[in-house]
Amino acid sequence: MSSVIVDRRPERGKSTANRQRVLKRLEGALRAQVDQMIARRKLGEHDKSADIEIDRKDVKEPRFLLDSKTGAHGRTLPGNVDYRVGDKIPRDSPQGRGAGSGPGAGDSEQEDMFRFALSREEYLSLLFDELELPPLIKKDLLEIDENRFRRGGVVRHGNPGTVCVARTFKASIGRRVAAEAHFAEALDAAEAALRVARSSAVPAQVQVAEWELKEVRRRSADIPFLDPIDMRHRSLVEVQSPRTAAVMFCLMDVSASMNEARKDLAKRFFTLLYLFLSRKYAKVELVFIRHTDEAQEVDEETFFNGAQSGSTKVLSALTKMREIMDLRYPPSRYNVFGAQASDGDSFGQDSSASCAYLLSELLPFSRYFVYAEVGETASESGSLWTAYSGIASEQFNMATLTARNEVYPALAKLFKKEQPA
Amino acid sequence: MQPRSSSNSTLSGSEWTLDDLLTIEQMCASHAQRYALDTFPNQMEVITSEQMLDSYVSSGLPVNYGHWSFGKQYLIESGKYRAGANALAYEIVINTNPCIAFLMEGNSLAMQTLVIPHACFGHNSFSKGNYLFTQWTQPDAVLDYMLFARNYIADCEERHGAAHVEQTLDALHALRDQGLDKYKRPRKLDTRKERAEQAKRLSNAQEAMRQGEYYSVVPHAVKSADAAPTFPKEPEENLLYFIEKHAPKLEPWQRELARIVRKIAQYFYPQRQTQVMNEGWATFWHHRLINDMYEAGQIDQGILLECLHSHTNVIRQLDYGQLNPYALGFTAWNEIKRVCESPTDEDREFLPGIAGKDWLETFHDVMRNYRDESFLLQFLTPKLVRDFRLMNIKTSEGLDHWTVSDTAGAEGFKAVRTQLAASHRLESYLPEMSVMRYGRDSDRKLVLQHQSYNGRLLLGDEAEQSLKHLRWLWGFDVTLEAVDENGKTLKSY
Repeated sequence: MSSVIVDRRPERGKSTANRQRVLKRLEGALRAQVDQMIARRKLGEHDKSADIEIDRKDVKEPRFLLDSKTGAHGRTLPGNVDYRVGDKIPRDSPQGRGAGSGPGAGDSEQEDMFRFALSREEYLSLLFDELELPPLIKKDLLEIDENRFRRGGVVRHGNPGTVCVARTFKASIGRRVAAEAHFAEALDAAEAALRVARSSAVPAQVQVAEWELKEVRRRSADIPFLDPIDMRHRSLVEVQSPRTAAVMFCLMDVSASMNEARKDLAKRFFTLLYLFLSRKYAKVELVFIRHTDEAQEVDEETFFNGAQSGSTKVLSALTKMREIMDLRYPPSRYNVFGAQASDGDSFGQDSSASCAYLLSELLPFSRYFVYAEVGETASESGSLWTAYSGIASEQFNMATLTARNEVYPALAKLFKKEQPA
Repeated sequence: MQPRSSSNSTLSGSEWTLDDLLTIEQMCASHAQRYALDTFPNQMEVITSEQMLDSYVSSGLPVNYGHWSFGKQYLIESGKYRAGANALAYEIVINTNPCIAFLMEGNSLAMQTLVIPHACFGHNSFSKGNYLFTQWTQPDAVLDYMLFARNYIADCEERHGAAHVEQTLDALHALRDQGLDKYKRPRKLDTRKERAEQAKRLSNAQEAMRQGEYYSVVPHAVKSADAAPTFPKEPEENLLYFIEKHAPKLEPWQRELARIVRKIAQYFYPQRQTQVMNEGWATFWHHRLINDMYEAGQIDQGILLECLHSHTNVIRQLDYGQLNPYALGFTAWNEIKRVCESPTDEDREFLPGIAGKDWLETFHDVMRNYRDESFLLQFLTPKLVRDFRLMNIKTSEGLDHWTVSDTAGAEGFKAVRTQLAASHRLESYLPEMSVMRYGRDSDRKLVLQHQSYNGRLLLGDEAEQSLKHLRWLWGFDVTLEAVDENGKTLKSY
């Protein structure tokens, strides 16, 4: 057998199965890191791969190894210019350290941590696992929705896989019928010419006429059954999925009663909502409005992490939203979504005033507005909830969130009406 | 494919095509013939960096069974690679027939010109000729065997559950280094026979189980504990073999896994003992063949210079660092050539066997019949020791310093040579362990011994965890004792 060369490059993904195995084994450690990342990452960043750091202890594979700290042993080192027999080299000098690591010194010499990147899909599926998304929804979110192909009729060029047999044969028959008609005429003419030549009895003319008749017969037999010009292909055209601009207003109560756990729930709520919206719209802009008794537009960092104290006035946030909408996101050009998270505390006239404002000033211009009451004690009896529950609008819905695994059911409930859209 | 004719065109530039690689291989082959390099047919496979990482984790084997530890290795290696901490190897080659050499797609033409002679002629001829490889491995059978192992393990996962298989493999992997026959030559790998025997072993096991049910009602003659002969009669060094044959509680398929793990560990046994020789040999020949190709006008000066640049990087030796096997091996082979061709008086004194002999004949003889330890002991020249400025250092437990015991020079030469050779014995870094006693007829306890030399003990934490795995496999109590040269127990685990 002689030497051969093989191009293996197209065969990819040999390690995928083993990668899944080790990720499964690391699930606990990964989950902890993803949890931290959810707190740290911005809403728009969740759709990316994630760098992970793992302690080697978590995936230790023990072996019987010799302990380099025990017993007497010797080594042979190169490059000696400084030392003579009997000299002492401290173990922690550069030379001594070089001597310290030998073959089989084992894991103890290696770094304690190792780093790798979780792909976007792996990251999101860890994120979704906690939210207990149903499989189909998870699949929908994990898949990047690219432009789809639709049938676009029949064309003359394409690759062999797309040949449309019926149309090709139709074209072939048509061409052959046309060509044969032409040859039938030529044949008649040639036969007539031969008859004329025979009647004239000039041998040279007969010979020429016979040759011509033969030639016409040969050419007519040469009409190909299939010709390249017969080929017809099914064409596929890329159809852009209908996406337009959307803006998502995140409204959150940051008064003292909103503790870290509640904010964490709210963040997960906003994150998942954002991911849903970013599936549907090419570009989703985010606006963060936090409020106590007065509302401020802030950046994401401040929104989730900034501390503020004060009482609660929901109306302030709603008017702020309207203000920004008028200024920067005209509903004629944007699909406006509102998401409000609060622990449900509001006082006095605020609840009913907010409700009225929402009904008259916001809902007519919004695609959808959702309200989530967060907190371990969230119930359907808070003052804001009671006020909002009077709203009977197609574009409004609300839910309570007390634990992480309720985020998805709540959102699913919120979007139930939205489904056909 | 019509390779460029090697006689009338010169390779140049840095881009290459698959045909160019074949051309290089053929040019090397024609030169290698003059040196009587006997090789397996070459199968060069062009791979991406990602696939190179795949090969890393399975030690170059193109087929391997599934286990998370390979996934872990991949994550670690790719993380290091992406962070720029490690460059990838330019090639990987393993001893199979045909000899499969993985070449990276990112290599320049010059790099390919370097790695093809290195892998496809250097390593290839070494693994075809060296006695450890010919006696201990079966290049024709290994790929078949790996395929068999992969399918068998996948099958086990299906039948017995992935978690159970994983736990068994975890435990077996911990004992991988203790799964070697070091003195007795292992049986040849033969997948067809392996399959037939596997079926037989399984049916035997079932038969034994059935009979066990009858025998269990027949009263046994009561044996007194001290009358029972000790078992095994001789200490058994191959722990995995002992587990496969005697572990009281393992399922038949678990025994098969033990067998697979130890067979694969055994396959890499020769590699570990010939690193200096093998790398030195391959480096010597790529150096030689590249120069031959240049002299024959087959490669241009640009390629030659780039090759030499990489070559010198490969054989760079840092002072007071770890000995670079490429540097040591390359120099050692060059020294043998020098001693053959123009020996000095000193060489005649220390290496009378080869001084003045035909160098090529000597090369082939040495390549075939030695491993690192014996190679260094026999052929290390005083000049090499001086040029490398080698020195011996010693230390012992509790000391915070090393003491220089010997340096290069007439009086230190033999001591340096002895210690350097000894450090290339497998036993100098793998603990020697053996099964001493198995209470087959009593409590089924397994007694292991670690033969400790110079007071060296096992890394405690790792040993305890490995023992945990071993106890799980064994199903009964397992004890391990470290015993020194005089039979004194140093430590019990």
